[in-house]
Amino acid sequence: MERLPLKSKVLSENQIVAESLRERFRSHGVLCLNLISGPGSGKTTLLERTLASFDPATRVCVLTGDIQTDNDARRLAQYGFPVQQITTGGTCHLDARMIERHLAAWDLDGIDLLFIENVGNLVCPSSYDLGEASKIVLLSVTEGDDKPLKYPSIFFKSDLFILTKIDLLPYVPFNAEVVEANARLVHPGIEIVRTSATAEGGLDAWLAWMKQRMAQARQDALVPLQLS
Amino acid sequence: MHEFSIAESILEAVRKELASHPGARPTRVGLRIGELAAVDVDSLGFCFESVVQGTEWEGLQLDAQVCPQRRICNGCGKEFAVVEYNASCPMCACGNTTLSSGDELDFDYLEVETGGTPAIEVKGAE
Repeated sequence: MERLPLKSKVLSENQIVAESLRERFRSHGVLCLNLISGPGSGKTTLLERTLASFDPATRVCVLTGDIQTDNDARRLAQYGFPVQQITTGGTCHLDARMIERHLAAWDLDGIDLLFIENVGNLVCPSSYDLGEASKIVLLSVTEGDDKPLKYPSIFFKSDLFILTKIDLLPYVPFNAEVVEANARLVHPGIEIVRTSATAEGGLDAWLAWMKQRMAQARQDALVPLQLS
Repeated sequence: MHEFSIAESILEAVRKELASHPGARPTRVGLRIGELAAVDVDSLGFCFESVVQGTEWEGLQLDAQVCPQRRICNGCGKEFAVVEYNASCPMCACGNTTLSSGDELDFDYLEVETGGTPAIEVKGAE
């Protein structure tokens, strides 16, 4: 009997592809954001309203993942920007190879912003690096204000927490202060914005966060990669 | 249920590792899984059993060690175990802390039986 030490990561294959995607995004000045939530939290609606707010010259693309149907791609394509559906056929998350495969159709030089809408699932997508600059977790006020404690991994790994559907707060037993405190308990540095896709100006905080990050991505593209 | 994909990744890694150890028969693969890794250890064990079933490594055991979340306080420099996902430092109440362990999904070891197996006789008969 012999014990061979193994020092690699279990998902090292995914990690290698994700790191190469991250460097491609960085060098082309593409801000890649990976949106993750349970089904029905409002990822597609947030993206619809976000795309609708853009000038038609905005160089934005969307990859949207689902287990079945291309409903989301059809919804998102109405806004005139390039959209591709990734149908996983049963898999509960997107992985880096799926992103790499679908990106082959696009020239990264022509893109400033890439949204990845992950499969609706608050657990599995948190394990897979897609080369994104940031994971973003969405949670709606119709879910539960203890969700960050029940699903800590995704709140821990996300840079931004978008609390959605806040126009419904008067009608549901949900405490926005409690959910934000719970998110900060799990991840003290997490940024938080509250959104409503139906109220006037309901996305302002989110759009401001995104524009600031896009400006940062353009800056980062000017810096040559430091090889260690 | 991404545990099935993870189980397949484990088997793939075992296959690769064994390529440089001809004749070795794997008996147990050790993993370190952080409590923030979003992996259900029981479910992974079940998926792994199904993945190895019918392969030459049927019966290969998975040994998953769960690693609790630990953080280092950037204020007082002390390391502490995180209780109930509270990431603030229990010593100085500082909220500026950095994870030191708890999100890993790493291999630890591969236990193999070597010597006296038919594989070695086959090699000698070349």
